[in-house]
Amino acid sequence: MSVLVYTENWDGKFKKLSFELVSFACEIAKTLNTNVVALSIGKVNDDELNKLGTYGASKILNVQNENLINLNNQAYTSVLAQAAAKEGATLIVFAHNNTGKAIAPRLSVRLKAGLATGVLALPSNFQPFTIAKKVFTAKAIANVVIKTPVSIVTLLQNAFGVFETPVAASIEAFNPEIKDNELKTEVKDVNKVSGKILLTDAEIVVSGGRGMKGPENWGSIEELATLLGAGTACSRPVSDEGWRPHEEHTGQTGKILAPNLYIACGISGAIQHLGGISGSKCIVAINKDPDAPIFEAADYGIVGDVLKVLPEMITAVKELKGN
Amino acid sequence: MKILVCISNVPDTTTKIKFTDNNTAFDQAGVQWIINPWDELALTRALDIKDAQAGMVEEITVINVGLAATEPTIRKALAIGADKGIRINAEPKDAFTVASQLADVISKESFDIILCGIESSDSNGNNVGGMLSELLDMPSVSSVSHFDIKDGKVELKREIDGGQETVSTPIPFVGIVQKGIAKEPRIPSMRGIMGARTKPLQVIEAIQTETLTEFATYDLPKPKAACKKIDPDNVKELVQLLHNEAKVI
Ligand SMILES: Cc1cc2nc3c(=O)[nH]c(=O)nc-3n(C[C@H](O)[C@H](O)[C@H](O)COP(=O)(O)OP(=O)(O)OC[C@H]3O[C@@H](n4cnc5c(N)ncnc54)[C@H](O)[C@@H]3O)c2cc1C
Ligand SMILES: Nc1ncnc2c1ncn2[C@@H]1O[C@H](COP(=O)(O)O)[C@@H](O)[C@H]1O
Repeated sequence: MSVLVYTENWDGKFKKLSFELVSFACEIAKTLNTNVVALSIGKVNDDELNKLGTYGASKILNVQNENLINLNNQAYTSVLAQAAAKEGATLIVFAHNNTGKAIAPRLSVRLKAGLATGVLALPSNFQPFTIAKKVFTAKAIANVVIKTPVSIVTLLQNAFGVFETPVAASIEAFNPEIKDNELKTEVKDVNKVSGKILLTDAEIVVSGGRGMKGPENWGSIEELATLLGAGTACSRPVSDEGWRPHEEHTGQTGKILAPNLYIACGISGAIQHLGGISGSKCIVAINKDPDAPIFEAADYGIVGDVLKVLPEMITAVKELKGN
Repeated sequence: MKILVCISNVPDTTTKIKFTDNNTAFDQAGVQWIINPWDELALTRALDIKDAQAGMVEEITVINVGLAATEPTIRKALAIGADKGIRINAEPKDAFTVASQLADVISKESFDIILCGIESSDSNGNNVGGMLSELLDMPSVSSVSHFDIKDGKVELKREIDGGQETVSTPIPFVGIVQKGIAKEPRIPSMRGIMGARTKPLQVIEAIQTETLTEFATYDLPKPKAACKKIDPDNVKELVQLLHNEAKVI
């Protein structure tokens, strides 16, 4: 028996979500009295692989294969199916991101294992396996029962957190068989935004809406973000207008974020926007309209002109950091 | 080429979500049903390609797994411009059941491009498209924000975390679409609405399938504590609270 975790790296460094997934799996493995096996695909050096041990992975399957440089849904499903069989996995954990969404459903069919996507907490029960997930675009929570012996879950990012449980980890080269007919899709071009903090990894996000008035006012959002080590996001109309790149668009139709702190500047708080941020631990709203719906979702709020408030916030944060 | 768009029937996005029977069932009273927004956009993209590359796309079919009550939603897709509708007469109990029903019908036909949305707005599943591709043993490309047909192959843009990739796939394949695939859904024209009444809507009886999961109970999110308002002339206090009370900076 084991809990198998699919980890992801970004240019050879694990994404924060990988440590979160291992932490989550470790907590479950304790209850099930089993161990955590982490699978890594791609060029990651041993020092980096060993970091997974810090969060509780006792075995690391290291897959390096020329055919797996880019995501290929069929081939990756095969890799996971072979790892799950070899390790006798009863639970397989993915992140609820583009990769997890691509592979987990295929693996569910391949292994005839029930799948719960976008789960937000530890299982509430193991007999039968029961776990909570968001439904109706975060307007409700469903308790999903998985009826098969093997379960698969995709965990919402930042829903659990990262916890250290150091164990001695062994690294094992793993060479799964990949058939030619599983390599039909071909990646022709990769366009990565590098050198920037990954928005979905960010612990703090500063986000702007139409209340920012225009792209020329984003200097203060970026300055505050830099001071806080935060990522920057925006509402949909802002990216539709081309004020900000579309990767920043947050909400039901954009990125789903769950940072520790989300600062909404001049965002009204439409239900579709809230759908993407309601997992945030703490929401701050700055809006001149006291009746803006964002205040119903916010923990702290300032009713005022965001173009005046932001510079004062920057000054106050500088003071705080200076101390 | 023949394109198939899988459509799910979901409550209008403004629906107030309530449950009945001890929180074990979604309360459907008074609910307006619509085409899942992603599926509507997938259909829009398929129609755009059909219009732009005359002769390239022969036919666009929409398919739904649902009971008779979903037919108005299928008719709406016909009114938007799909040529044919199929309803598989089964209750969509879980994603695996839906994918199994779809796979059975699709495997007996010859569709080149099969489109699904990234998620249904009710189950927020992200399940059916990937499951369907595996059942059909076809390649799948997920998080697709754009695609075109070029020389018998399909070229797609796929979103990855922190970037975008250009992917080429042979047909047949399953494309799972998300934001970007079309700007706005097409609105049915008066002519479209009239025409939809006479377009074929085939009903196929369901096969025996199993479920792997069950939505046992539902909860509504706990009401949030009221927002703490800070005086706009005292922004410093906000920063102090975030540091000392919320401990997030
Ligand atoms: C199917 C569908 C999907 C959608 N998906 C998304 C999505 O994923 N993400 C998303 O964000 N939206 C989405 N939307 C759009 C959404 O409904 C809202 O229109 C949008 O979120 C509003 O963006 P906003 O808050 O920036 O702008 P507005 O609603 O225009 O709000 C601007 C706010 O700024 C405030 N303001 C103005 N000036 C100032 C000032 N000087 N100081 C302080 N405050 C000021 C105003 O009081 C107002 O509250 C979707 C809509 C639909 C129909
Ligand atoms: N009952 C259904 N009938 C046909 N297609 C469906 C059905 N349910 C889901 N789909 C398709 O699968 C996609 C993802 O749905 P889900 O896995 O339920 O989130 C939807 O956008 C549809 O394209």
